[in-house]
This record gives sequence, structure tokens and C-alpha cells, in this order.
Amino acid sequence: MRSGTLLKTIATFLLVGAAGLVAQENENGRVLYDRWCAECHGAEGLGDGSAAASMLPRPRTFSQARYQVRTTGSGQLPTDDDLMHVLNVGLPGTTMPGWPNLSDQQKRDVIEYIKSFSRFFAAGPAPEPLDFGSDPGGGPEALAAGAQAYLTLECEACHGAAGRGNGTSAPTLEDWRGFPIRAADLTEAWALNGGSSVNDIHTRVLTGLDGTPMPAAIDAMNSGVVSPDEVWQLAHYVASMGPRERPRLREVVRVERASEGLPQDGSDEAWGDIEAFFFPLAGQVIEVPRNFAPTVDGIWVEGVHDGSEMAFRVQWNDPSRSPDSEWDEWQAKILATMDLDGFEAPALDSTGAVTVRWPDAIRLQFPFEVPDGAERPYFLGGTTRQPVYLWTWSSNDGVGEGRGRGYGSVEPLPGELQGTAEWQDGRWTLYLRRPIAAGADGLTFSEGVPIPVAFSAWDGSSGETDKRAGVSSWYYVLLEQEPSNAVVVTPLIAILLTGAFGLVLVRRAQGRARA
Amino acid sequence: MRSEFLKKVSVLVAAGAMAACGGGDSGGGDPGGDAGGGEAPAAAQVDPATVGTISGTINFAGDSPAPTAIDMSAEADCAAGYGPDGPMSNNVIAANGRLANVFVHLTGVSGGPAPSGSVQLDQENCRYMPHVLGVQVGQNIEITNSDDLLHNINASPTENRGFNISQPRAGITSNQSFPLAEVMVPVRCDVHGWMQAYIGVVDHPYFGVSGPDGSFTIPNVPAGTYTAEAWHEAYGAMSGSVTVTAGGTATLSFDYSSDMAGAHVPLGEPLVIRHGEHGIEVHRGAQD
Repeated sequence: MRSGTLLKTIATFLLVGAAGLVAQENENGRVLYDRWCAECHGAEGLGDGSAAASMLPRPRTFSQARYQVRTTGSGQLPTDDDLMHVLNVGLPGTTMPGWPNLSDQQKRDVIEYIKSFSRFFAAGPAPEPLDFGSDPGGGPEALAAGAQAYLTLECEACHGAAGRGNGTSAPTLEDWRGFPIRAADLTEAWALNGGSSVNDIHTRVLTGLDGTPMPAAIDAMNSGVVSPDEVWQLAHYVASMGPRERPRLREVVRVERASEGLPQDGSDEAWGDIEAFFFPLAGQVIEVPRNFAPTVDGIWVEGVHDGSEMAFRVQWNDPSRSPDSEWDEWQAKILATMDLDGFEAPALDSTGAVTVRWPDAIRLQFPFEVPDGAERPYFLGGTTRQPVYLWTWSSNDGVGEGRGRGYGSVEPLPGELQGTAEWQDGRWTLYLRRPIAAGADGLTFSEGVPIPVAFSAWDGSSGETDKRAGVSSWYYVLLEQEPSNAVVVTPLIAILLTGAFGLVLVRRAQGRARA
Repeated sequence: MRSEFLKKVSVLVAAGAMAACGGGDSGGGDPGGDAGGGEAPAAAQVDPATVGTISGTINFAGDSPAPTAIDMSAEADCAAGYGPDGPMSNNVIAANGRLANVFVHLTGVSGGPAPSGSVQLDQENCRYMPHVLGVQVGQNIEITNSDDLLHNINASPTENRGFNISQPRAGITSNQSFPLAEVMVPVRCDVHGWMQAYIGVVDHPYFGVSGPDGSFTIPNVPAGTYTAEAWHEAYGAMSGSVTVTAGGTATLSFDYSSDMAGAHVPLGEPLVIRHGEHGIEVHRGAQD
């Protein structure tokens, strides 16, 4: 027995000695790591850097060497190429960026240093990638087979029937450290952290994402529940669930002039002919309490008018239809583990249950007057001197109009805005309708003139309320004129210029807020 | 011929040892009792003249925690497998002054190579069976799904590498093993957040798991004095001493109580390599 202990001690000495040698040789890696990585991943690689608590998902803990994006089997270490890939392109949908500013040698130094945080790399043989076979190809039949494999492997248990991360088990998911983690929204392939190609998705299905609830399906495949071809077809199907690339940002919602009548509700087939515009949302990180990890990362907007009335359809993905007691555990975990930046979360009751459930909400923000030139109210909720005109909706209170004098301040206004909303399969569809001419308080829209608009969204089940929101900068809506649209060319140039300027301002402000 | 004969003898001895160990767990034999170490392994060759048996009891003082109902409404097929009271958790079972699902193992002892037999971990009616099990370093764990629905088996050790495997249909089997000792390896099903199991990995065959009557048996222990450690997921860990005599039965008991609810529950002990100012130091301890 004693000799066993002695052997272990010797082995530990050898191990530590070897690691020490590596560390000495890798001063470059240490310097780069301390400069670029430690703020999130922690000086000792424990995933506990100063910014970690504002991130969802949390940064990796290098000491355990559990890596999500690998070409190796479940529980295996990643290859150096796997790690290099992540340093090159980052992890989409998370706060991990790619590092094009680092040279290949610098990245290799960082990789060696990161590996030295864990004894697993030194202990074991070099990891080998799995044999992934070859893709039998896509096409309609492959997609149908892939849809069947999606059901057979019960992907919907977490990802939902439509893939929006709203499966029955989604509210209870946590990572290996107990932090809440979302089932990926497969309809936003551009935000899949392992990449959006069929190859990427196929690899993730067979290797799983270690440290997360996403398992490896390799034993299911090897036992014949699905064939190797069907796993490829599943990857084709998942890749087809939404746009592969992040939708192009186009600054202006073109509100078409309807040839015959306005759509009557959010499911009216007439919307099928109307162009949808995508606007990304980012966390509200200007005013305290800031929200670094908003649930809603973008919204789709469509508009149409008939010269006297206008109708809008606003759609966004949110896996929870708040308020919903099924998400109580999720809400409690978010509020307990995330950096709330001073937001005072209501206490849980004696049984550990949440006492407050917030609704989902969205806000469209306009100026009160069609601006003359590029001047607009402050994008974050206006100011006392220059208030903003708001269209508000929440899953508790429906639609309304309001006046905002700073973010979080909404004074209700009477108005003729009408609207209905429906949540289905992880997606809200909000239908809004209003006369083009406003009543006493509000904005009268003009045809052919770009009108500033900005958006905010809240997911109540993630404790998003008040300033804990997802927000956009200013964009524009443009009501199409009847005969010709030549008049809009000059304003469009102005729009593009001011839009770019606004974006720079927001980025700067966000950078400052984070620093 | 001679060597084949010897092989047969050693297999018979091993089988006998397994049967003895199974007998030790027979206190937990009723279907509601989910504790047990499966087929607890035994050293390949045991000289009965040099070994004894540890017969143990896990006592529990204070109010027994009420059995916890599980909301299985999301999985009607699983819920249908239970009686009129509905699905109950098999995680913490304390009754009649005894505590089940306590993993007991000797420390500072090593015991040869792992037996060739597998330890079973089943998923049945959306619960792990057993809830707590022991296995030897390197020994195969055969994980099967008896439910015709998706489970994932997500093991998060800290000393060993983990795994996370999906089993979307009944009858799928996954084989896993751990190369290093670790008490305990947590296992969970993320599809069904209530499903949790713990695997104690030790580098010898001297371990047991208490059944619903609080009893456990560790057979074929070489004579000597040992430190034994007990581990429970809610009431924490404790240690005791036991002296085994050749051919004898030593008793060993651990006294848990309701006051220990919320105790620190050690789970593995990750080895953290710290990059300090003066090179590298090794730090042991919980990291989260």
C-alpha cells in the first residue's frame, strides 16, 4: 500500500516537473494569455475571469479541458487543430471572438499555454479525430430523412420541434458547473458555436459538446437507431432550418404600398409577399443595470401601408412564452448566477420558488417629429428635452403607445395603435396596425421620408425587465410612395452615412461600458 | 489441461465472491430499493484463510426526509411505470433509523486488476438503477436504456475524463470505464433533470453501497486494520476505522443524522495546476 502512495507521489513530481518545463519555455504564451484571455477565462484558467459572470454561456474552464468544439469522441481531448480552429474563427453565438490579430505562432503559443492548465494533455496520448465518413449529399429526400432522424434522436426534447431551443427540457439545462445554458436555436445557424456548415453540424452531432447537455449520438448510430447516412441527412436538415449566414443588415424597413388591402393579422398569407428585414439586438450596456447576455438577439420586421393605414409584423425568437412557471427554475438560476450589475432580483420564497414572473415585451421607438436631417433623439429611450414616441407591447398588457423621457420611463399615451401577438414554437409574432396620421400625441408618418426607428426586447423568464433589455441603435422605416421612388435616393445616402456613424458610436459606448 | 483447470477454479472462486457480495446487498432486494453496487467485483484469487468480511450499517438519527415526488408529466410512458403514489425519487432514502445509497470504501489499499465482468447501470422508468454504484478502476460499466425514449448519460468527473452519450431508444448499450480512482463521479440526464446517479471509482474491490435497510457488506477483505470512508450525496462524507480478522466478520457502522443536511459533499478533487509567480505549484481542492 505504501509503495503505491510513493509511486503516486513520484508520478506527480514527474508530471509537475514536466509541466514546469513547458511553462518556462512558453513565456510568450503566458504573456499573450494574460493580456487577451485572462479577463474571461481567469488568470489560472478556471473560467472565472472578472467578466465571466456577465456571460452566458460561461467561459471555458481550462483546468478540466472539457472542450465543446472538437473532432474527437465524447470526453476526449481536442486536437491542436480543433483549438486552432476556435482561435481562428471564435465561437459564434458566444462572447468568444476569433483572433485574427494574432499570428499563427502566437496562437500556437497560446494553445500550448492553455493546455498546460490541465494535466490531461500531458498525461494522455495525443487525441485522434473520429472517422466521420463521407456526406452522401443533400436534396429533398435527404432533408425528409433528416427530419425523420431529428425525431428519432429526439432532438426536439431540448431544441424544440421547430429548432428554436424551446424543447420541454430546455428550461432545466445547465452546464457541467451548474450554470444555466441554452439549447441552441438551430434556426439561427450563424450563431451555432461550432459553425453552420453541414460538416460542422454533423461533427457536433457525433462528438457532442462536452461540458454542455448536448450528447454524442455515436452510440445511437453504432447501435443502428440511425444509419451513418441518416446522421449526415440530419445535418443537412438542421442546416436547412434557417438561414446559414447572419441576415444582412439593411438599415431601412421598406414599407410597401399594398395593392389590395392590409394583412388582417400576423398569420395573414399576404405577409408572404412582403419583404422581411432583420435587425440585430445587443445587450443594453450603457445604463446600469446593464444586461450583457440578452435572450433576443435580433428581430424581423415587415411593413405595408395603403395610404391611410399601416400594418407591421414583428417576429423574434424567444424559447419561453413568459410568464411561464415552467421557466421558474431557469429564471432563478439566471438571477442567482449572472452578474446583475446592481439589479435587485426579488427574493425567492421559503420553498425556493420565484415570487415575480415578468412578461415578454417589445418596444418600437420613434421620434415625435419626422426629423429634419440626421438629428434624432438619444437612441436609448430619449431624454427629457427630446422624448421618444413608443409603441409598446407586453405579453401581460398587449399593445399601447407611450412617451419616453429616458430609458425605462414610459408615460402611456392614448392612441389608435392596435395589435395582437401569438407565441408558437419559440417564436413571437406581433401584428401592429395604426392610421398613418396620428391623433393628438404621436408621430404622423409621411410617405417617402425615412423615419427613425429603434427596437428593444425583453425575455421575462430570463429576468429581463426595465433596463435589462436587448436594444438596437436607430434604423429607419420608409413608407413607399405611390408613383416613383426617385425622391428617396438622397435621403438614403444620408441614412447610410448616419447609420454608419451611429453604429460606430454604439460600438464605442459598448466598448467603454465593458472596459 | 492443468492451466485450464486452474482458470476454471479461479473463475469459480471469483463467482463465489460475487455471489457473496450480491448476498450482502440482498437487504436491498425489494424492487423499490435502488441502492446497490451491482455485481461488486472481487479480487481474482482469494485465499479464504487470510480474509474476512465487513458487515456494516448506516444509521440515521433524526427525522427522516419525506420521499420526494417527481413530476414526470412530460414523460407519460415513464410515469405509467409507477404505482398510485406516482413516481418517487430514489435519491435520498432514509427510514427506520437507516440510510440507503451510502457508498462505503476502504482507503489506502489497492487490489489488483479490475475484474472482467461489467457493472450495470440501467435507465428504467426515467430513473437510474442503481442510483449509487461502485466500480473498480478500469472496470467496464455497461450502461443500458430500458426506456424507449431519449436519455443522455452525462458523466462529469474531475479526476477522469467525462462522457456525454445519447441513447434515444430502448436496448442501446454504451460501455465506459474510468482509469483513475474518483469518489464520486456524478452522472445526470439532461433531458430529465431529476435523473442523477453517482459512481464511486476505486482501485480495489473493497467497497459497498447501503441498501434501504442501511446495510452493506464488503467480503474478502485481507486481514488488517483499515480506514473506511462513507459518502452520501446529501449528508456528506465521514470516515471510520475497522479491523478485519481472517475468517471473521467485522462490524462497521456510520452514524448520519438529519442535522447533516446541507453538509459539504466532496465530489472528486480536481488537480489544479496553478501558474504562480514562482513557477508551478500543485493545488488540490474544490475549484467551484
